[in-house]
Amino acid sequence: MKPPSSSTPDTDQPAWRAQRDALRRLHGEVLDEPIPPSLLAAAEMVAARQDQHARWIRWSGIAAGLLVAFGAGWLGSLEWANQRQALLAGGPATRAFVHAATVAHVVYAPEKRHPVDVAANEQQHLVQWLSRRLDKPLKVPDLSAQGYALVGGRLLPGGEGARAQFMFERGDGERLTLYIGSLDPAAAQQPRAGESAFRYSEEGPVPSFYWVDQGFGYALTAKLPREALLNLAGAVYRQL
Amino acid sequence: MDSRALIDQIPSLRRYARALTGDAWAADDLVQDTLERACHKWQLWIVGSDLRAWLFTIMHNVFASQARRAPPRAMVDIEEVAAQLPGADGARDRAIDLQRCLLLLPEEQRAALLLVALEDMSYAQLARVLNVPLGTVMSRLARARVRLQDLMEGAPPPAAGRPGLRRLK
Repeated sequence: MKPPSSSTPDTDQPAWRAQRDALRRLHGEVLDEPIPPSLLAAAEMVAARQDQHARWIRWSGIAAGLLVAFGAGWLGSLEWANQRQALLAGGPATRAFVHAATVAHVVYAPEKRHPVDVAANEQQHLVQWLSRRLDKPLKVPDLSAQGYALVGGRLLPGGEGARAQFMFERGDGERLTLYIGSLDPAAAQQPRAGESAFRYSEEGPVPSFYWVDQGFGYALTAKLPREALLNLAGAVYRQL
Repeated sequence: MDSRALIDQIPSLRRYARALTGDAWAADDLVQDTLERACHKWQLWIVGSDLRAWLFTIMHNVFASQARRAPPRAMVDIEEVAAQLPGADGARDRAIDLQRCLLLLPEEQRAALLLVALEDMSYAQLARVLNVPLGTVMSRLARARVRLQDLMEGAPPPAAGRPGLRRLK
């Protein structure tokens, strides 16, 4: 061992170099393996979370500006309240949530062999499992009237904890995902008893309809025209 | 934040996790948990700072807390496991032997050794990732190297020191 003043580990000593080379060979093949989709999705979540922070800074700037204007008497209290509601309903947490939903759709919907963790034939187990992980009794909507059958579901990491994705499939193979998760209580705090109207988002790679209900966000995502997606979102909302 | 920068770190995280746990599934679970934790702790990452060091630090913390929760694995005495250790003729697969010997190292020694071997970390980086003083990191690495070599050679326990004794921080 070199004197403690050395700043780098003495890997040039022949014995240690041989040991290091052996350790590098041990699982060297992992470096060339394709990254599992679940890890890719998790990385996208971290990146989205970081973006959300940047957006939040911008929003706070706007909010602070409004506050100054309000204090100076430029805005009436009614207008201020309207602004505030608008901020909350489309707030950064909700936007990040929808973004995560569309990313999860893009990652898993094209999967041929492993589209879900638990398949529809174990629906009861699936619902129990995801309800436990999200700490909320969940229901799988029946979309057979709209031509969609349940494929199954999976657990995903989200900004505030666990999130669930249910996947549905039409006869022609077109897939639809329903993404559910709790939203940050402060950011998700909605006017009128924790509910928000349906909102349409085209910001992600795939369009999505989303809403917030009792602190939980829901996003329905598919490569469908706006009207078709809205009808499906209505059917889902009525059943939940 | 560009997800590309994060994704670029995943192969190294997976390799380190696999050597650390000795199990492909446990390793990917560890990476998944690390990313999940990063999701909660992203405020602590300063934009432009060393993303790799940050991720490895999180992984170390996740691994250490999981290891604490797991039932304590008794430190083995080298004489008891002598039969499982590689023979002098090296007839068996060296890689399997190497992984098995790695797992016989105390977790904190294994981590220090792997971060230097696989990630070329300096003592200073190592001290940051493992959150221990520089001197501790140096002695930990030195002990890990010697012990791994002894294990690979199936050597008897060192005269000084008791391998059954676990050092507490």
